[in-house]
Amino acid sequence: MGLMEILLIIIPSTLLWAAPLIFTGLGGNFSESSGVVNIGLEGLMVIGAFTAIVFNLTFVDVFGSMTPWVALLAAMVVGALLSILHAVASITFRADQVVSGVAINLLAIGAALFLVKFIYGKGQTDIIQKGFSKVDIPFLSDIPVIGKLFFSNTYYTSFVAIAVAFLAWFVMFKTPFGLRLRAVGEHPMAADTMGINVTRMRYIGVLISGALAGIGGGVYAQSISSDFGHATISGQGFMALAALIFGKWHPLGVMGAALFFGFAQSLSIIGSSLPFLENIPNVYLLIAPYVLTILALTGFIGRADAPKASGTPYIKGKR
Amino acid sequence: MSNRMKNIVVPLVAVLLGVLVGTIIMVATGYNAGSAFIALWNGAFGEIYYTGEVVRQVTPYILAGLAVAFAFRTGLFNIGVEGQLIVGWLAAVWVGVAFELPKFIHLPLAVLAAAAAGAMWAFIPGLLKAKFKVHEVIVTIMMNYVALHVTNYIIRTVLSEKSDRTEMIAESASLRSPFLEGLTDYSRLHWGILIALACVFIMWFLLEKTSKGYELRAVGFNQHASEYAGMSVSKNIILSMVISGAFAGLAGAMEALGTFGYAAIKGGFTGVGFDGIAVALLGGNGPIGIIFAALLFGSLKVGALNMPLEAGVPNELVDIIIALIVFFVAASYMIRIFIDRISKKGVK
Repeated sequence: MGLMEILLIIIPSTLLWAAPLIFTGLGGNFSESSGVVNIGLEGLMVIGAFTAIVFNLTFVDVFGSMTPWVALLAAMVVGALLSILHAVASITFRADQVVSGVAINLLAIGAALFLVKFIYGKGQTDIIQKGFSKVDIPFLSDIPVIGKLFFSNTYYTSFVAIAVAFLAWFVMFKTPFGLRLRAVGEHPMAADTMGINVTRMRYIGVLISGALAGIGGGVYAQSISSDFGHATISGQGFMALAALIFGKWHPLGVMGAALFFGFAQSLSIIGSSLPFLENIPNVYLLIAPYVLTILALTGFIGRADAPKASGTPYIKGKR
Repeated sequence: MSNRMKNIVVPLVAVLLGVLVGTIIMVATGYNAGSAFIALWNGAFGEIYYTGEVVRQVTPYILAGLAVAFAFRTGLFNIGVEGQLIVGWLAAVWVGVAFELPKFIHLPLAVLAAAAAGAMWAFIPGLLKAKFKVHEVIVTIMMNYVALHVTNYIIRTVLSEKSDRTEMIAESASLRSPFLEGLTDYSRLHWGILIALACVFIMWFLLEKTSKGYELRAVGFNQHASEYAGMSVSKNIILSMVISGAFAGLAGAMEALGTFGYAAIKGGFTGVGFDGIAVALLGGNGPIGIIFAALLFGSLKVGALNMPLEAGVPNELVDIIIALIVFFVAASYMIRIFIDRISKKGVK
């Protein structure tokens, strides 16, 4: 097997697995930059995946080939709605943000499975007919070599994810809104003194995280799993959290980390078919994202520091 | 209302709110809430068999709750109970299948191996927190997944020949009890409950009656003050995580040596570790509270299995209720303000 053939397998698969991680990781970035830790990303992805699949199964006759995209919008809205719960608890009621996130995770999987049984009378949904399918992207796939490697046999969602990462970078670092968001996460009291509404900024941060994690779940469900059951999302949200940290709370870093983790994930699945990997137990590839994140936090791979006020509720007038 | 009173009332209100919202969900989706709750009760206490299963489920819940609570008291959030539990499970099974020893050596050895494995798994985040100031929440989450994949790998390659589960442990390492099984109409109740209750006592004694426990709590209240008073914050952080991990490992031993008797490849987590967070929170991180909270969640979980059979309600409803209880306890600021308002009105 030549290098070209190997790359032709690995690159599309990496892009496929990275897309949900990019969306969800960026969501986590907005929340944590505003100072609210979001362990609930996993649960938000679960509810996104559930919504997308149910919407897709129900409305496939109405929207035809556009169904997966409209389903993503639905997943986005429902993800944002669920994240309101996290926002209310951790911002308004000053709950421990980690505990509230754990509650979101438990609630999402419980509610989604309850509703699946309520709607379909069984523990798992049917397989969707119109998911995101592999395409050759027009024009770009005609470029010699690069076109074949990156733009053939791939998914639009991966490129949307990358575009959203650049958009997120622009919003966070080049607009007044982004500056305020980060100020609220670094030093809420100073931001408050300058007239920024800390509570409102944090609510927006959490809502965006819910929306993006919902999309992440929807993308995963409609391009990788194709149905929804108890194990559809198992750890994707936490891996997105890992990407957020490994990417040092910076949108483009998050995107890079997500691509790398997508690479590791796809290798652990297709690795046995590649000549130089068949003898390496895939357990190393499976644990790589998590071990690397721990190493990054420890400072062995460039120290990762969270936004300063991340995890602490802001109480006006308290020093 | 006194603070002590409030600490009892707040969890009760949280449970009531959780059940209330659960009822609303059932009514909204057209299920019969009354028969669902009757089925839930019957599934937990209707027959002696079910009660035996409840106590069996309560056993790991107590230990997982202790693990979370012990770390909490030192100001640490051990979200990695799940991973430490899985590692403990594997260690107990490993000792259980690898040796042939008389029971009075084999069983304690298997139990201790589980505790040691859990402790070791928690030592890493403890060390990183103490030496590099790395937040333990993230590290323990990552360690959960490492534990999941590594134990699956060991089960597949070392403890079996590419099979999905290990052999049964030797009888001499088992916690199973024909006596308890006979007493409860052949449920899977085992002696582990005694270990769990002993650990409740150990945690209480350690934290409240020894100077080391005082140090651990002091670090939890105020790291700087403890440092100033000459205590080693980093040593106490590591110690707290290690003890917490040992409790979690024991919870794994309960599943390994009592309930199942083997370890199998897992597609996802057992959930016991995360439920342990709920147990610790609802129990107010105190020994007695944890027993009651574990009893509540244990009977909810076991009783729920009867709900689809008897009332046609999906058992996931109970998971929703548990999640809501966690949520309301977490947001107890709201409940406390409400209680304050009511009691102030009473004074007027």
